[in-house]
Amino acid sequence: MQQPLNNHILRICLIAAITVFSLMLALPILTLAQTEDAGLHPAQLNASSGVIGFIKMKAWSPYAAGVGIGILSWFAFLFSNHPLGVSTAFAKTSGMLEKSLRGDQVLTRDYYQRFVPSIDWEWMLVVGLFCGALLSALLAGDFALSFLPPLWTERFGTGIWWRWLLAFGGGILIGIGARWANGCTSGHALSGTMQLAVSSWVTACGIFSAGIITALLIF
Amino acid sequence: MLKQMRTNKRLQLLLGFLMGIFFGFFLQKGQVTRYDVLMGQLLLTDFTVVKVILTAILVGMLGIYPLKWYGLVTFHVKEGSLGSSGIGSLIFGIGFALLGYCPGTAVGAVGQGSLDALLGGIPGIMVGAAIYSVIYPIVRDKFQPLGNFGKITLPELFKVGEKKAVLAVSVLIIFVLSVLELVAF
Repeated sequence: MQQPLNNHILRICLIAAITVFSLMLALPILTLAQTEDAGLHPAQLNASSGVIGFIKMKAWSPYAAGVGIGILSWFAFLFSNHPLGVSTAFAKTSGMLEKSLRGDQVLTRDYYQRFVPSIDWEWMLVVGLFCGALLSALLAGDFALSFLPPLWTERFGTGIWWRWLLAFGGGILIGIGARWANGCTSGHALSGTMQLAVSSWVTACGIFSAGIITALLIF
Repeated sequence: MLKQMRTNKRLQLLLGFLMGIFFGFFLQKGQVTRYDVLMGQLLLTDFTVVKVILTAILVGMLGIYPLKWYGLVTFHVKEGSLGSSGIGSLIFGIGFALLGYCPGTAVGAVGQGSLDALLGGIPGIMVGAAIYSVIYPIVRDKFQPLGNFGKITLPELFKVGEKKAVLAVSVLIIFVLSVLELVAF
């Protein structure tokens, strides 16, 4: 008797989900069509037209962004049977790059036997992530090429190499740490914690403790 | 229908891409793709990151748990141990404070034009991942088994029902967010 009930709920959920999803999808396209608004200040747009103004805002309330990410993860679980995660895609890209440089011998490593370097859902998620952030910045007139963040310049000055070195070195530690802990801020601190996974709450605490201590030491 | 969707590889690649667009859009709108905002969190002067992430956890949890109770979604709880989650997250945290972005927000930062993320952070993360693929057998055999606690969830750990656990975590998150608002960060 369980089956018909489940199917019924499933159908309603799917219809509702697809409606919401396509609606969300249609909004940016509608915004792109309205080129005549491009010259206006984001704040003015916000005052004049609701949804489009909202999309063109430079920043949302953190709660609005959080609600968006939370709802997005329902769809990721429902349609793709996959939590939102990012760092495996880095490992796969790295594997694919090394394979193209050094040949198939790279793939014999145990790690690549377990996580086969290939283009999958998560890899496409990361490509989309880049496009989404670009879209958001462009629509808000907020896109700007810059190497030194203001807070960095305030503390460490304008040396580009120094910033590059810390970014690269930090990146290496992140790459090792994320795979060591089996997930990063997305896979553990976001998607894992919402499943109430113990490993994810431990990882999230570890990331923020070490991050806060290190940040306070270097600043 | 769901099963067909999930096994259709091309559709999944498209869905991954579309969901990524939303993910990146929300991250950038929430300003958590900015070095200053992320470092502000680690320096405890700006609580935007905690607000975004706790809201996302709350909303996400209140959706995926009911979906699980109706048998519509499967959970993917990762295995953990002090040797993997503990040590790994500490290495990650140090790197996070040096780079000022995490993997997802670094990609988002590139989208808004941050060249330090593009030229420093992202190549660094990939080199780190390559190093890990070499040291993986040692980590797997020597470190990851230490203090293993398996694939468990908080309700299993505290031996309470899932509904009670979801309610308790919701109350806790709302409490923390309210305190943050009251202290006016």
